[in-house]
Amino acid sequence: MSIDISQFHDVFFEESFEGLDAMEGGLLDLDVGAADVEAINTIFRAAHSIKGGAGTFGFMSVSEFTHVMETMLDEMRNGQREVTGESTNLLLESVDVLREMLTAVQQKTETDDERIAEVRTKLEAMMSGEDNVAEDVTETTSEVAVDDEEDGSASQGWFITFRPHQHLLQTGNDPVRMLRELDSLGDLSVEVLDDKLPPFSDLEPEDSYLAWNLTLKGDIPKEDVVEIFEWVDDDCDLEIVELMSEESDSGSTEEAEKQEAIEPEVVEVDASITSEPEVAISTPEAAPAAVPKAAAKAKAAPAASSIRVGTDKVDSLINLVGELVITQSMLSQIGDNFTPEMLPQLIDGLAQLERNSREMQEGIMRIRMLPISFAFNRFPRLVHDMTDKMGKKVELKLTGEQTELDKTVMEKIGDPLVHLVRNSLDHGLETPEVRLAAGKSETGLLQLKAFHQGGNIVIEIHDDGAGLNEEKILGKAVEKGLVDAEEILSPEKIHDLIFLPGFSTADVVTDVSGRGVGMDVVRKNINSLGGTVEVVSKRGEGSVFTIRLPLTLAIMDGQTIRVADESYIIPLISIIETLEVKTSEIKRVSGKGELYPLRDEYVPVIRMYDVFNLTPKTTDLEEGLLVIVEGEGQKVGLFIDDLLGQQQVVIKSLETNYRKVVGVSGATILGDGTVALILDVPGLMALYREPSLALVVNNDQAA
Amino acid sequence: MTEIQQANDALESITSVDDGAEQYLSFLLADEEYGVEILRVQEIKGWDQVTHIPNSPHFLCGVLNLRGTIVPIVDLRLRFDMPAREYTPTTVVVVLKVEGVTERTVGIVVDGVSDAHNVKPEEIKPTHDFGGSVSTEFIKGLVSLDENMMMILNVDRLLSVEALG
Repeated sequence: MSIDISQFHDVFFEESFEGLDAMEGGLLDLDVGAADVEAINTIFRAAHSIKGGAGTFGFMSVSEFTHVMETMLDEMRNGQREVTGESTNLLLESVDVLREMLTAVQQKTETDDERIAEVRTKLEAMMSGEDNVAEDVTETTSEVAVDDEEDGSASQGWFITFRPHQHLLQTGNDPVRMLRELDSLGDLSVEVLDDKLPPFSDLEPEDSYLAWNLTLKGDIPKEDVVEIFEWVDDDCDLEIVELMSEESDSGSTEEAEKQEAIEPEVVEVDASITSEPEVAISTPEAAPAAVPKAAAKAKAAPAASSIRVGTDKVDSLINLVGELVITQSMLSQIGDNFTPEMLPQLIDGLAQLERNSREMQEGIMRIRMLPISFAFNRFPRLVHDMTDKMGKKVELKLTGEQTELDKTVMEKIGDPLVHLVRNSLDHGLETPEVRLAAGKSETGLLQLKAFHQGGNIVIEIHDDGAGLNEEKILGKAVEKGLVDAEEILSPEKIHDLIFLPGFSTADVVTDVSGRGVGMDVVRKNINSLGGTVEVVSKRGEGSVFTIRLPLTLAIMDGQTIRVADESYIIPLISIIETLEVKTSEIKRVSGKGELYPLRDEYVPVIRMYDVFNLTPKTTDLEEGLLVIVEGEGQKVGLFIDDLLGQQQVVIKSLETNYRKVVGVSGATILGDGTVALILDVPGLMALYREPSLALVVNNDQAA
Repeated sequence: MTEIQQANDALESITSVDDGAEQYLSFLLADEEYGVEILRVQEIKGWDQVTHIPNSPHFLCGVLNLRGTIVPIVDLRLRFDMPAREYTPTTVVVVLKVEGVTERTVGIVVDGVSDAHNVKPEEIKPTHDFGGSVSTEFIKGLVSLDENMMMILNVDRLLSVEALG
């Protein structure tokens, strides 16, 4: 019977990456000094499954590396090793290495053997370094010591004590099979230890009570023996000791001592198990609790092209489809023998149909929604690593992690968010000394908040750091020629300068931030999602970056407008107001540009027929309307002929069959089946400033 | 519209091609006969109201809703600098599959669909260079029919993203 196990590789990788995420999350949650056994157990289990899986699929490098980590974790959970910041960091580093290894195996590329060896050496060094100390204080870590010695060496044989825990059979493992496999390796003699066997009346048929002393003779590599017990070493007490040949040990006192040591060691381990019943018992109980947690953390990988959808969402869709079918059959019944008296019924039916389709639409949209924790859960690690590197103390607080967001938006918001968080850590929050000097608590607070507001999701990044330095920003902006030295700017305007291209106030370019390619890219990315980003800051008290995003990219509210003979749609989110203007109010700039005074600012007027090269119905501003829209933080007035109506539109791509058009973000299909183009406000502004852009795109495409 | 129905029926009736010959759909354009590989033809439909694309070349009529996807429509007469003809409900749009970086769907406006022909590869003759006035880069080759000549179009080149810009 042969099964092609490569078909399970994908599942293995998926589960392993989920396991790594769980490990990472668990490690970050560990409290130094007083670690929760349950938390360590979760991490241990994840490592254990990866090791087992990797062993099964023959990824030996992965399973060997994980084994070292597992050993260390095992000591931690048995209380033989203290959880220190150092060891946590090393384990986190190992998680990274493991992730790289798995990725390499998955993509069949080369692994960075040097780095792997380096981290592994560090792990081993840490264990052996502390083992010496540990030996005096606690019981000897016999299992570890034995596991570590002489990996892969061949020998005369092995003496194995195999004592399954009671629940071994329930985990689907069968000792008989393992014994059979051992037998196939070499000459096996078996001695049954039935000391734990209860009286027949108390015997639970599903529990395992027997233990075995096994003597396996032959030149057998240790890995082969260990591999057989790979799946059960969590569920049994296992001793594997090398057998010495009669001739060789007679001369060596050292080895003789070792053989003597076997017996007491076995006893010790048994004793330690009975003295620590909590650990042993909690393992099976904890497993189901940990699994959903791991599953919830899963899917953080942005590349995943599938979504996990809750069955409740699917069920509600099935209900909706059911209702839709009922409505449809009702309508067709009316249609079959329609009489004028049935008109009210028809109208009712149509109203029901409308409700059904709206609910369907919402239900289907909900399928694409994921909680924002998928984007947030990378930050604990990021903050942990960065604060370590920078010598800062920062507490990270996440709120509203369950806020749901469209998957596409989620994928695209990750990088801008990382950038903003790094920015707050690097520029915003101060070092402990500076904070204490400023009369603040030593530990800075970084908060990520997500919530819904209207049809938008709002993500706020709060820090209680130094705030933006207005003089420095202004100085830099003047120096870079972004603003005139004489210009008088409000603090808000100054804050906004950081979003200009090529702006950076960091005195030294660090690898964290400060290359000046940051904030403008952040704003650009967010704008391309139809969102906005702004900053509110107060000197000495901190800054708040606020990102507003549409919930979904597939549907939006639009305002239909008319320009000449064409209809266009303006995203409702970008419209501020619509006004009728008097020609006398318009100010002309050097005979060309037109400005409209809107309260305390002047907004440029873009004549739509002009930028789109249409034959205008009227060029008189008083005969049309001015729609004030905002894009990239700037306001402009679009001169249009008329407003038509508001509606929800489904966004379709023009690029699928054609190409990108400057000033147009996409198209939609109106109720009558015709196509309407959706205007892209930033694109229109660019087109207004640079009319030749309409032609530039062609060249871009040709290149 | 009956003409379109007939053409679509003809499209559907095509099942097998004999002795290595390929089938071409021919259509008329200002009394000239052009051909495209029939497997490239997705469907033939009547003229429908299109939406104009701002700042696009004059030969791009606009875009059309074809069962939920947005399809650009090219007027071949204008593309080949022939005199324009008014669009009526009997104007025919041939929807073609165009291969490039990705497969795209583009419609072309022609005067009328004429026939389907079996053409063996060896019957296709190379194009002559007519000099600067006629663009032959979009013509794959020439085929002699009974009395006429059919110009086989290189659809991928004619309707590439760059050419539509």
